[in-house]
Amino acid sequence: MKFGVIVFPGSNCDRDIVTVTRGLLNQPTRMIWHTETDVSDCDVVVIPGGFSYGDYLRCGAIARFSPVMAAVSDHARRGRIVLGICNGFQVLSESGLLPGALVRNRNLQFVCNRVSLKVERNDLAYTTAYTKGQVIEVPIAHGEGCYYADAATLEDLEASAQVVFRYTNSDGLVTPEANPNGSLNNIAGICNKAGNVLGMMPHPERASDPALGATDGLPFFKSLVACLAVV
Amino acid sequence: MSAPTVAAPHSLADLARLRVSPQEYAQIVELLGRHPNRNELGMFSVMWSEHCCYKNSRPLLKGFPTTGARILVGPGENAGVVDIGDGLRVAFKIESHNHPSAVEPFQGAATGVGGILRDIFTMGARPIASLNSLRFGPLEDPRNRRLFAGVVNGIAHYGNCVGVPTVGGEVYFDETYTGNPLVNAMGIGVMETPEIVRSGASGIGNPVLYVGSTTGRDGMGGASFASAELSEASTKDRPAVQVGDPFTEKSLIEACLEAFRTGAVVAAQDMGAAGLTCSSAEMAAKGGVGIEMDLDLVPVRETGMTPFEYLLSESQERMLFVAHKGREAELIALFERWGLHAVVVGTVIQEPIVRIQHRGEVVVELPARALTDDAPLYPRPVLSEPPAAIQVLRQMDLSQLPVPEDWTAVLHKLLDSPTIASKRWVYQQYDQQVLNNTVILPGAADAAVLRVRPQTFGIGEVGAVPLGNRGLAATIDCNSRYVYLDPYRGAMLAVAEAARNLSCVGAEPIAVTDNLNFGSPEKPESYWQLAEACRGIADACRALDTPVTGGNVSLYNETLVDGHAQGIYPTPTIGMVGIVEDIAKTGTLNFKAAGDLVYLLGVATKPTLGASEYLKVIHGLVGGEPPVLDLDLEKQVQAVCRQGIVQGLFKSAHDVSEGGLVVALAESCIAGNLGMTGLLDDPLSGFGEVASQIAVSAAPEDRHKVESWLTEMLGDRWHALGVVRPTLFEITFKTVSHSISAPVVDLRHTWEQAIPRRMASPTEASS
Repeated sequence: MKFGVIVFPGSNCDRDIVTVTRGLLNQPTRMIWHTETDVSDCDVVVIPGGFSYGDYLRCGAIARFSPVMAAVSDHARRGRIVLGICNGFQVLSESGLLPGALVRNRNLQFVCNRVSLKVERNDLAYTTAYTKGQVIEVPIAHGEGCYYADAATLEDLEASAQVVFRYTNSDGLVTPEANPNGSLNNIAGICNKAGNVLGMMPHPERASDPALGATDGLPFFKSLVACLAVV
Repeated sequence: MSAPTVAAPHSLADLARLRVSPQEYAQIVELLGRHPNRNELGMFSVMWSEHCCYKNSRPLLKGFPTTGARILVGPGENAGVVDIGDGLRVAFKIESHNHPSAVEPFQGAATGVGGILRDIFTMGARPIASLNSLRFGPLEDPRNRRLFAGVVNGIAHYGNCVGVPTVGGEVYFDETYTGNPLVNAMGIGVMETPEIVRSGASGIGNPVLYVGSTTGRDGMGGASFASAELSEASTKDRPAVQVGDPFTEKSLIEACLEAFRTGAVVAAQDMGAAGLTCSSAEMAAKGGVGIEMDLDLVPVRETGMTPFEYLLSESQERMLFVAHKGREAELIALFERWGLHAVVVGTVIQEPIVRIQHRGEVVVELPARALTDDAPLYPRPVLSEPPAAIQVLRQMDLSQLPVPEDWTAVLHKLLDSPTIASKRWVYQQYDQQVLNNTVILPGAADAAVLRVRPQTFGIGEVGAVPLGNRGLAATIDCNSRYVYLDPYRGAMLAVAEAARNLSCVGAEPIAVTDNLNFGSPEKPESYWQLAEACRGIADACRALDTPVTGGNVSLYNETLVDGHAQGIYPTPTIGMVGIVEDIAKTGTLNFKAAGDLVYLLGVATKPTLGASEYLKVIHGLVGGEPPVLDLDLEKQVQAVCRQGIVQGLFKSAHDVSEGGLVVALAESCIAGNLGMTGLLDDPLSGFGEVASQIAVSAAPEDRHKVESWLTEMLGDRWHALGVVRPTLFEITFKTVSHSISAPVVDLRHTWEQAIPRRMASPTEASS
């Protein structure tokens, strides 16, 4: 079981992921430079948060053209796990590996906060350690995290249960007040139809270390370790 | 090679434009034995500015204690470095970007963050946190709202993108800062190189490398711009404000730290104020050597730049290195991998001069020391007694103030004061957690707490990632109204409060970086404020054993209103760091459970309404004397607070500051979503302000243990205040029948909405 963490110039949550996978969970982890073309040694590829290439165009719009993204797409096509967190989600949607787009937050401000999420599915490699419907508290930190998709796409996402995490209040209710950025249907994270590609704006890696006082994100990584160790 | 040609002597108008006084010009001519040419004069203008050479403040800074067992690097380098134990070393420094932020708040504040982070990683330390201290005029004025929003957005933009968490700070609002906001940014880093990287050049024949971003015409003469009063015409000085690129800075951080670890770098200096001029002169002067540079080799972002423009450009995200001869190719390849420029632009030479060539001609040839060590010093006479206007204010009779009938309304009004109110609107825009080290988030305690660990791992298979449990606490503090009314005591109170805030999270204060924001030193009352404040900082830092490791001086913080110069409140902000032995044992300010007992530590002198937020907000007055400070009591109270937290006796701790004890208790209730009942002597004890007091809470089962320990440690200088309750905030007074009673949800609403409510009003068009 091995994690790979993609590093673009401007990535800044790469070490945060490594801190969890290698530091807390003691799993083999490789940091992968954006010019590399082979990620096949890794079971799970994580595209971390940050501002890839500065994100001066649209978030993730340049990163999708980097050499490593061809390898990541290939990894996904083979049914292996690809996780995009924050900027990683933006890169995955720009790359077409996930539907929809992330646009500027409703209030046009960057928002850093701890929010409640409902785990909509626990049958995925990265959610098995949660219970279905469990409400967890995970940090967010983004300026462009408002999930948008056209009506048909949205309907399709819901019909095929591709919404994995949804912003809710602490009771698990989907309310407008619980939506930190204006995302449609309070969407915080979605997967592809096969479930092996996930994109999410919240940062589970920032809620994994007991020393920092929050651990609701740790089961996300533990699920992967457990599921993939079996394979 | 011929000496540079010298143009005819410069006109007085030229000198005025460059902000070089005729006396300074005469001094330059005497030092050189000739007239400087225009390029050289430009270099003197920035190097001899207050911003670069501290010509007005240096004589006053000499009194600071700067050494101690934990101090590895004191003032004089890019940042101070302290030893926090377990082999961990921390670099930290504060710097102002007041004038740029007044003219262009977004870029002014953004580049302030970029600049202070460069000071940190230039030392070989990975930046792990920033804090900031901000001051604006009242939010009722749309101009202030625009500046406030712009500055916060600029800090967020740069800090979030560069990937360094913004973990704490302070924000004040007062009329004195209208038009001249203060933006002080503090950077903290953990050393990732075995040797601390210094800035003195050495090794004759070693190559000088220019690394990072390109040079353009942005930020021309920013240092001398920052060293003059702002005026209506200052907005025309926008070219003097730099433009930041946090993406490049992030790559520069990674590339520099990697480069330092190769051992190929001899010395490094960031190009901040005065860019190429300052970095080359300082590296040469500090090393006692010379530097020869060719401007034609410097990577540029525009064509046709004159030597003058190259030398005075303050384009951001640039550094100057001296490398070991023969290893330049390795460094160039490393920087290019990060998409950054790295070019050999010169050589270290024996002769202690800075020699600059452009198109085959020598355009500058100056003794390095003439630009640095020989800069003028202006020791000035200090007023022997406070200015008359201040004496009148201090003697204000506060005994005859009208007495409010509704003390609950008074509390609401204070919680609605933006200076006291929740700063969530601000810190919610900052990434507070990136790097996965933030133990205590903004708003949760009196200081930020971070886990400290190097993160040297990079591309490739990752080895062990040790996490450790050692931490660092950090804070920035200054109540400038105190300093205005009594600069000596006010500055001491700022140091004491910073240390107290660290103690409230359980950290042991160890060192200081200070940012002196004052008015024009040419005005006797401003210089008196500066001198008195420096004396106060020195005395307090000595007493609390927190040496000063460096800092920044920002003078000429005055705005011209209708042709009348108006000085800001003297504002010596104190950035302080402290050691947290174990990040599992820290204190936060929120009450934890109904039934817990609330105590007040440091009960000695009666609180005063002098200089208080109550006096300002409720009565619209500024006057009286700030609280008295007993440094022995201060140390004792702080030690007790730290021990109580580390031993697990105190479940919360919050210092009493603006708004007094009642506000401090309300804040602990709001943060904990709990109420309390308490009994105080009188409203003055509740709303007056005081030094050395901390409100703590403890579990009821620990009552006997806590109380006997407090008596042992503090004698009678503590007392019980009340009990934490589920929902209602109730304070009664022994001497008056009126009491304070409000549901905590209501208090929370007032406190949380104070700033968002004001910011919801439209801001002025940002033209």
